[in-house]
Amino acid sequence: MTDRPPEYKISAIRDGTVIDHIPAERTFDVVDILNLRAHPDVISLGMNLKSKQLGKKGIVKIAGRELTKEEVDEIAVIAPKATINIIKDFSVIKKEPVALPEHFSNIIRCPNPNCITNKQKISTLFHVVGQEPLSAACHYCERVVEEKEIVLK
Amino acid sequence: MAGTSFQGRDVISINDFSKEELLHVLSVAKKLESNPQPSLLKGKILASLFFEPSTRTRLSFASAMKRVGGDVIGFSQAETTSVKKGETLWDTIKMIEHYSDVIVIRHSVEGAARLSAEAASIPVINAGDGANQHPTQTLLDLYTILKEKGKLDNLTIGFLGDLKYGRTVHSLAIALSHFKTSIYFIAPEALRMPSYYIQELKKRKIPCRETSDLDSVAKQLDILYVTRIQEERFPDPLEYQKFKAGYRIDRSLLKISKPGIRIMHPLPRVGEIDPALDETPNAVYFRQAANGIPIRQAILALVLGKAK
Ligand SMILES: [Zn+2]
Repeated sequence: MTDRPPEYKISAIRDGTVIDHIPAERTFDVVDILNLRAHPDVISLGMNLKSKQLGKKGIVKIAGRELTKEEVDEIAVIAPKATINIIKDFSVIKKEPVALPEHFSNIIRCPNPNCITNKQKISTLFHVVGQEPLSAACHYCERVVEEKEIVLK
Repeated sequence: MAGTSFQGRDVISINDFSKEELLHVLSVAKKLESNPQPSLLKGKILASLFFEPSTRTRLSFASAMKRVGGDVIGFSQAETTSVKKGETLWDTIKMIEHYSDVIVIRHSVEGAARLSAEAASIPVINAGDGANQHPTQTLLDLYTILKEKGKLDNLTIGFLGDLKYGRTVHSLAIALSHFKTSIYFIAPEALRMPSYYIQELKKRKIPCRETSDLDSVAKQLDILYVTRIQEERFPDPLEYQKFKAGYRIDRSLLKISKPGIRIMHPLPRVGEIDPALDETPNAVYFRQAANGIPIRQAILALVLGKAK
């Protein structure tokens, strides 16, 4: 891609997954979603890299790991413009944008403090009502959450 | 036919209703009102679970159920139940579903009704979940407009008062968006309709305008829906007094409004409407409250499969 900034060098991985075009401030959320703190193999992180599309972006490279569909859906919620690159022997063999699911369960918190999901131990569920920017309605209290309000559960 | 699809259904949010379903509920209510059926729900038990007190809503449901021959059990505040002892709502509902055929729930927490509906295998009716939804109120509001005006299309509705926190206003505006209505939102700056709803209505091609001046739009209105301005919304009591005085309506309104204007209010009122208006044909708020009975009868009969 032409928007890869040549001035930054983030060590390449031989086999694994590269998640690119993450909004810079969501980089560590991706780390959390994928539970990478416990990952035994190489991980390289880039943050606040220049991006034409996002201004500043984050990139996460994970050696020896493929993502499940559920994990990709979760990333889509906080990074709707992210791309997932599958790496084999240092080259990209597959590149795909994430796709926002229609509903997502137990990924984010409801920002309404008086919502039942914040009062009792139950899973959250949101229905996507708008894209670019993302907005989603809480299944329980019906509060509409805007993309910038999103906080992981 | 839409009617049969109500059997076993939960009634949680006005957003779950299509236009056809709204009209169907209103037509069943009309039939039950003109042709009462005192044993329609004979042998059926309603569990009336009021985790938060609301005397008028609780009594309206109980009266509706009894007038069609059903029984009512339940409680009127959570203090008396195991909920106070830390039982989860889920567990409470799981127990009570075996005691009754239908559940009505009122709760101060938003989303409590939807969660209860997931727990229960019997129909659950939301009688208010915090600031979120109170669908039978919205249905009785629609029913009132239909009865008073003979139609739901080609009407101009004004909402006056606390439009920021007013749950009834938010839900009724969304319900009205199924019909050809124009809406005026009349409120002080601090209590304006949330922009989310304005955008949603515009998306649905509903002409809606905002103003802080009732007099300037009174001539256009077929319906004026007045809501309570609650003192606790104002940090400064003087500000509250000022708003209260500015948004109080009395008989002088009738001199500048359409002759057929109808004035609605979800009640209780706290000074927004001069009682001198009560005996005018324009005041419909007491009839509006009475319309809760046929609407709740219709909902109970429909979800229990006893009305088509
Ligand atoms: Zn919520």
